[in-house]
Amino acid sequence: MLTSLRLPLRLNGRRIPRRHYATHPPSARLNLPTDFSTTPLLHHTAKSALSLPSLPPSASSGSTSRLNLFQAINSALSTALRTDPSVLLFGEDVAFGGVFRCSMNLATEFGDERVFNTPLSEQGIVGFAIGAAMEGAKAVAEVQFADYVYPAFDQLVNEAAKIRYRAGTNAEGQGCGGLVVRMPCGGVGHGALYHSQSPESLFTHVPGLRVVVPRGPAQAKGLLLAAIESRDPVVFMEPKILYRATVEHVPSERYEIPLSQAEVLREGKDVTVVSYGTPLYTCSDAIEKAERDFGCSVELIDLRTIYPWDRQTVIESVNKTGRAVVVHESMVNAGVGAEVAATLQEQCFLRLESPVQRVAGWSTHPGLVYEKFNFPDVVRVYEAIKKGLEY
Amino acid sequence: MVVRVAVTRLHIRAAPSLSQSLPRIERARVWKRWSSVSQKPNSDRVHFPGAVNSKFTTSMTFHAADENNAIPTYRILDQNGALVDKSRSLPPISDEEILKMYTDMLTVSIMDLIMFDAQRQGKVSFYMVSAGEEGIAVGSAAALSPKDPIFAQYRETGIFQHRGFKLSDFMNQLFANRLDPGLGRNMPVHYGSTELNIHTISSPLATQLPQASGAAYAVKMQNAQNPMDDPRCVVAYFGEGAASEGDFHAALNIAATRGCPVIFICRNNGYAISTPTLEQYRGDGIASRGVGYGIDTIRVDGNDILAVREVTAKAREMCLQDGGKPILIEAMSYRVSHHSTSDDSFAYRAKVEVEDWKRRDNPIVRLRKWMESKGLWDEDKEKEARSRLRKQVLEAFKAAEKEKKPALRNMIGGVYETLTEEQEEQTEAIRKIIETYPDEYDISEYEGGLSTLELEEARKA
Repeated sequence: MLTSLRLPLRLNGRRIPRRHYATHPPSARLNLPTDFSTTPLLHHTAKSALSLPSLPPSASSGSTSRLNLFQAINSALSTALRTDPSVLLFGEDVAFGGVFRCSMNLATEFGDERVFNTPLSEQGIVGFAIGAAMEGAKAVAEVQFADYVYPAFDQLVNEAAKIRYRAGTNAEGQGCGGLVVRMPCGGVGHGALYHSQSPESLFTHVPGLRVVVPRGPAQAKGLLLAAIESRDPVVFMEPKILYRATVEHVPSERYEIPLSQAEVLREGKDVTVVSYGTPLYTCSDAIEKAERDFGCSVELIDLRTIYPWDRQTVIESVNKTGRAVVVHESMVNAGVGAEVAATLQEQCFLRLESPVQRVAGWSTHPGLVYEKFNFPDVVRVYEAIKKGLEY
Repeated sequence: MVVRVAVTRLHIRAAPSLSQSLPRIERARVWKRWSSVSQKPNSDRVHFPGAVNSKFTTSMTFHAADENNAIPTYRILDQNGALVDKSRSLPPISDEEILKMYTDMLTVSIMDLIMFDAQRQGKVSFYMVSAGEEGIAVGSAAALSPKDPIFAQYRETGIFQHRGFKLSDFMNQLFANRLDPGLGRNMPVHYGSTELNIHTISSPLATQLPQASGAAYAVKMQNAQNPMDDPRCVVAYFGEGAASEGDFHAALNIAATRGCPVIFICRNNGYAISTPTLEQYRGDGIASRGVGYGIDTIRVDGNDILAVREVTAKAREMCLQDGGKPILIEAMSYRVSHHSTSDDSFAYRAKVEVEDWKRRDNPIVRLRKWMESKGLWDEDKEKEARSRLRKQVLEAFKAAEKEKKPALRNMIGGVYETLTEEQEEQTEAIRKIIETYPDEYDISEYEGGLSTLELEEARKA
C-alpha cells in the first residue's frame, strides 16, 4: 500500500503539492478511516476467537495466532493441503507465494506437483480445475484478480455450475465438488477499472455455484475450509484491501464455518443493515455514529455466503426492525442488493416501515481518482439509516 | 498492490525445492530452464529465458507456412482395404476384436439412420449422426483401457458403443425417459456414464478440453500414488471447428506445461456446420499446432480404423512415459451427413461431393473389404448382421418410447447437492400452480405425477 507522504516534497526549491491518496478530509466527522485495531468486527482476543460458534472441540480448546487476511487464507490452504492429499493449489504466480502472498511457502512445503504455476490463461485455469475436480481432486484455483475472471465465465457458468445437474444419476462420479475458485476482489484505493471489481452478482444469477465473501481472517479460514469440503463448486472472493488491513486472532486448529448461513454481528431493533466483505466495516462505523446521533438501535448482518444466501435470517431481522439497508461495493444495478430488496418486499411487506434502500457503487466503472465518491462510505450508510428512520 | 504486467523474472530455485518425484530427464530439462545463465561471450546460441536453444543467424528468414510441407497422414489400409505397405505386418489384433470393431461401427450407423428418421417424424427432439466418422470413435476406443476417463464432444457415439453402452442406454437418453441417467435434463446425444468412465457430454464446444487436461493431471497424481495399479490416461475428442476456441489453446498449453497424460483426438471432418476448413484456419490443419505447444503430434487417416487404433495405442504408451505428457492426434475424415437434424447441408455443399465421398471411401466399407479379403466376412454375414442389429435397435426404441418421463422433482433438484431453502419454496410454488390449474398442465407422462413435488419427495432428487 502507498502511504501518504508526510512532508511536502521539494524539487529544485519548488514546493510540490502533497497528494492525498489515503487521507481524509481535514474536518470530516463521519468519513474517517476504519480503525481495524478496535473494530468490533474482529476478534481482538484469543478468548473471543475461541468462542466462535461452530468450532469443533479440538479448535476451541486449542490456541490462536494473530493473522492478517492473507495469512489466514494461507493457514486454511496449508491445513487443507496437509490433511487431504487430493487438494491441489494452482494459478498464475502461485508457486512463489502469490502476488498477495496467500500461497507463501506452500510450494516448498507440499511440493510443486500440488502447488504450482499455470500458464497465463483464466479459461485454462478454471477448465483445468473443473476437470481435476471431476476426477476426484479438490482443486483450489486462483484467478489473480476478480477483474480477470471473465475469460473463465463460460467454464464457471456453463460447466462448473451445471455439471452435477446434467450428470443426473452419474453425478456422484462426475460432479466437480471440491472445486474452489479464489479471487481477490473489491476496491483497494487505486485499483481503477481492472483491479477493483466485485463481480459477485454475476455469479449469484447462476444456480449451481456457491458464492462466498469473507470479511476477515477468522471467517476466511473457516469459510475457505468449508468451501474446499463442499460438494458444490464455490466462487470464493477475497476483499484484497483487507489482506493486510484486518488482523485478528484466528484459531490454529482446523474448523469450518457453514456456508449459506448469515451472521448477526450486532443486535438492534429499528433498522437492519445487510452487507458482506469490506463495506461491513463502513457499516459498523456508520451505525455507531447513527446510534449516537439519532438514538436508534441498528442490527448488522453479514451475509458471508452471497448465494445461496441465508434469506431467513435477514427476513426475520427485517420483520423485527421494519427497515432495511443493503450495502455493497459493486454497482447498484442488478446487484446483490436488488435480490435482497426484492426478497424483503415479498416476505416482509406488511412489516416494512420504509422502502428497502440500496447503498452501493454507482452505475459506472471504478475510475481511478473517483473511488471515494463511488463506493459506499460512512456518510452514505449513515444517510440511509437516517432516511429510513425519518420516512 | 501488484498490477499485472508481463514481467520476465527468473526464479533461481534451489535444487531441493524441485519435485523429487519427477523423472530425471524431466527434472534436468526443467532445471535448465530455471537456471538460465547469462550469455557466454561468443556463444552461437540465444540464452534468453524464453528460447533456450535457438541459434543465432545472420540470414533473415521468415518461416513460411508452407502447404507443400504438410504433415503426412498415416494409414495402413488403402481405400480398397488392402495393405498399403506390403512389407509390414498388421499390429497384433484378434479376429474377435476386428469383428467387434466392425459390428460396433455397423451398430452406430444403423442406429443413426433409424434415429435420424425418428427425429424427422417428431419422435425425438434432436439427433446427430456419426456417418463417415464411426472409425475414429470405435478405433480409438478400442486402443484404450476401459478405465481411461473420456471427454467427448458429441459425434463420438462409437465410443459409448465400444465401451458397453447398451442400445437401451442410448434410447433412454434420446427419449429422455425415466431411465435416462441425465434425468431428462439434456438434449439427445448428450450421453454420459460413470460406470464406463465417460463424462457427460455438454453442448458448449471445447470446454471439455482444458477439463481433460485437469482430469489428466488428477489421474497423473493417482498413478503416482498407486504405483501397483495400471496407469491411466485421459482422452479428449473434439472437431476441427472447436479447435478454434480459446479453450483449445488453453488446454494444449497447460497440458504441455504440467506434463498431463492426455490424448487429444481431433476429428477433422472438413466442416463445422456450414463452415469449410478454409474459413476455419489457414495453417496445416490442427496437427501443425501441436508442435507449437511442444506436443508430439500425428495425423492419421480417420477412415482407416486399424490405423486409428494403432496410433491411439502408441499415443497411450507415449503419454504415460516420463510421468506423463500430452499427445495430439488429428484424424482426417469427411462429414458425410448433415451436421445435425437441424441442418440441411445441401444448402452449403454440393450433393455430388457428398455422394462421391460416400461411394469412394468410408471406414465401414474399408474395414469390410479387408475382412472379406481375410475370409472373416461375406455378404451373408453382412445381411444377417444388418437385419439383426436393425431389429435390436427398433426393440430398444419401442421399449424406451413407452417409458414415462422422469419425475418432476428432477427439474429443480440436483442443481446443488441438496435443495436450497429458496428451491424448496419454489418447488411448493410449482406444485400449487399445477394443483390450482389442473387443466392447464399435463403431468400424466411424468413418473409419480404431482407427488414428487411434495417437499419430502422433492428432497430426494
